[in-house]
Amino acid sequence: MPSPAENPENVLKNDGSATAGDTDATAPAASSAPSESSSRAAGKELVRFDNVTKRFGDVTVLDQLDFCVDTGKHVTLIGPSGSGKTTILRLLMTLLTPEEGTITVDGQYLTHEERNGKLVKPSDKHVREVRKKIGMVFQHFNLFPNMRVLRNVMEAPVHVLGLSKDEAEQRAKELIELVGLSEHLDKYPSQLSGGQQQRVAIARALAMRPQVLLLDEVTSALDPELVAGVLDVLRDIALSTDITMLVVTHEMSFARDISDSVLMFDKGKIVESGSPDKIFSEPEHDRTKEFLATVL
Amino acid sequence: MNWDWDVVNDFMPEFWDGLLVTLQALALGSLIAFALGLVWAMAQRAPYAWVRWPVTAFTEFVRNTPLLVQLFFLYFVVPEWGPSMSALTTGIIGLGLHYSTYTAEVYRAGIAGVPVGQWEAATALSLPRGRTWIAVILPQAIRRVVPALGNYVIAMLKDSPMIAVIGAMDMLGAAENFSNTTFTIEAYTVVGIAFLVIAYPASLLIRVLERRLALTS
Amino acid sequence: MMTEGMFTNYFLPGIWITIQVTLYSAALGVVVAFAIGTLRTSRLWIVRFLAGCYFEIFRGMSALVLMFWLVFSLPLLLEWRLVPMFAGVLALGLTYGAYGSEVVRGALAAVPEGQREAGIALSFTRWQRLRRIEIPQAWPDMVPPFNNLLIELLKGTALVSVITVADMAYAGNLVRLGSNESAPIYTLLLVLYFVLAFTLTRGMRVIERRANANVGKPQPRGGLLARLSLRESAGEGSGALTTGGAAK
Repeated sequence: MPSPAENPENVLKNDGSATAGDTDATAPAASSAPSESSSRAAGKELVRFDNVTKRFGDVTVLDQLDFCVDTGKHVTLIGPSGSGKTTILRLLMTLLTPEEGTITVDGQYLTHEERNGKLVKPSDKHVREVRKKIGMVFQHFNLFPNMRVLRNVMEAPVHVLGLSKDEAEQRAKELIELVGLSEHLDKYPSQLSGGQQQRVAIARALAMRPQVLLLDEVTSALDPELVAGVLDVLRDIALSTDITMLVVTHEMSFARDISDSVLMFDKGKIVESGSPDKIFSEPEHDRTKEFLATVL
Repeated sequence: MNWDWDVVNDFMPEFWDGLLVTLQALALGSLIAFALGLVWAMAQRAPYAWVRWPVTAFTEFVRNTPLLVQLFFLYFVVPEWGPSMSALTTGIIGLGLHYSTYTAEVYRAGIAGVPVGQWEAATALSLPRGRTWIAVILPQAIRRVVPALGNYVIAMLKDSPMIAVIGAMDMLGAAENFSNTTFTIEAYTVVGIAFLVIAYPASLLIRVLERRLALTS
Repeated sequence: MMTEGMFTNYFLPGIWITIQVTLYSAALGVVVAFAIGTLRTSRLWIVRFLAGCYFEIFRGMSALVLMFWLVFSLPLLLEWRLVPMFAGVLALGLTYGAYGSEVVRGALAAVPEGQREAGIALSFTRWQRLRRIEIPQAWPDMVPPFNNLLIELLKGTALVSVITVADMAYAGNLVRLGSNESAPIYTLLLVLYFVLAFTLTRGMRVIERRANANVGKPQPRGGLLARLSLRESAGEGSGALTTGGAAK
């Protein structure tokens, strides 16, 4: 394994402190499991991948990946398609499970569960509990077509978080206003443009008050003229809240605006990482240069 | 539980006779359904409304009313002004007629699936209408509907015991006859199992056909 | 000629029995269809396997033979007798429920993968996803094949006359024996079944329109001929008798 100093994930620790470097030494074991407390103090690590490997058949999509994201930080994943960026988000959303390694969120195992001092396959209940800390916005919105806008946003807070209808409705209306769609509360998704649908999806994800928001190529399914509206909303959220973000995008200027750090992926590994200024202005790695040349 | 294998043994000779009648009804009924269905389907594409409308009305009516009552009609009403038929013959005609209204829909979908360009090409070549049907349209249409037709043969198999109600000695008729004379219960169970034993491999066969067809087209 | 007394004494109660048998069997069939249909999408192979066995057995079985077996064999095997009407409803409900399970399974399978993922992302339980997301979305796709099945079921109810349930067909046979006038009786009987089928179809169209409106879908409108037809897209693969149809 690489030494802490070479480990690109250290860059994610805002100030480059040594804590993340310790991850390699603390191989996943029950005794060193992260504490279960969940303060949101800035600088605390919120998402952590330890030695995660994901394969599809013979193809290794993620290769012994280590990295972590601190609370409140906005991290953008870039790289050619098939490099494993989206796989990271899907692992976090438990839409996939890793072959090796552990993922922790806010100090709790997501991929495993501790029982009698051992790490075992997690129960559905445990996974749901941990996953409530994570929200996701999909490339293709995935709004529920059978529900109007308001209900799309209310449904999970009521039935998953157990909020009262009034409370959920108030929260939903605030968020829908935040994304600028207050006059469309009673419309079905099919009556909205792609950009509007994606803004509803953002509101829906935020209504769960997640600690981490995952954005999976949220503008790539949109017509070009609708992209700006969605990015404006996201930029607003990124700059005005303390929510942690993990972003996969091809919109490099957006990435530059909102990111605290950028990770360049290739073939399941992080080849380079750093501040957006560094990555976009003076990339060191050849693969990064090649990739940026194709997208910028 | 009082199950007696001896009774089953006693029933078997009658069962085989009944099976033969069932298969006979199924084979002949299918032939009628396949042929008559094609007639309905082609008639529904006829250039004259006075052909299309009555055929559509008739097939809709037959398809949406119970086969059992149709069998009663054929068995009790038709002889009043037409030929008297045996229960088996009536049953075969009833099954064939009823299912022809289903196969007509299958053919219709198959014919609709032949690209319009094929009709246009036939017109461009001045092929006569009959020739267009026989040489161009039907060969393309029928190939792709074979599995769907097969499904209706299985459906017909499951409906075939209805002919026992008007007195044909198919599997159910044989079981009924046997049970009523011996006051035993095993015969119905044997017939029930026979249906599963015949229907399951048949439906597997059709699934294979469907897959084969999906691969080649 | 058939007298008015025969009509009111036999046919009218028969119509009511036919409607009852249809509704009870349909209710049982819907329950079976949803139970078996969703179990066939289970994550556990053993559950899928058992539900699949149910489907194959009842799909391969003749409803009439099943009715005979329930009425004549089962009571002697278990020393426990079924009321004929109950046996008829049971046989029809279990059989058409099996066909319906294929409709449910197919429609659930057609719900886009992204919907399941969105449900997971919002931490819904599997049951909540099924109830709040997948079934409501699959429902409009189920209604047309369910309509076809309902008409098949209505036709199937005539079978209960064979096990002495006094439905329309039973009344028809009774009146024929009494009056020896078979042509008008069976013609009337067929017309009555057709009218019932037509009425059911109208009702299902209302349900379909409402189902589509509830998911924000536009309402389909066919031509005159299509609107007169009792089936929707009856044709290749939509054989209600055979597979069910929603899976395309």
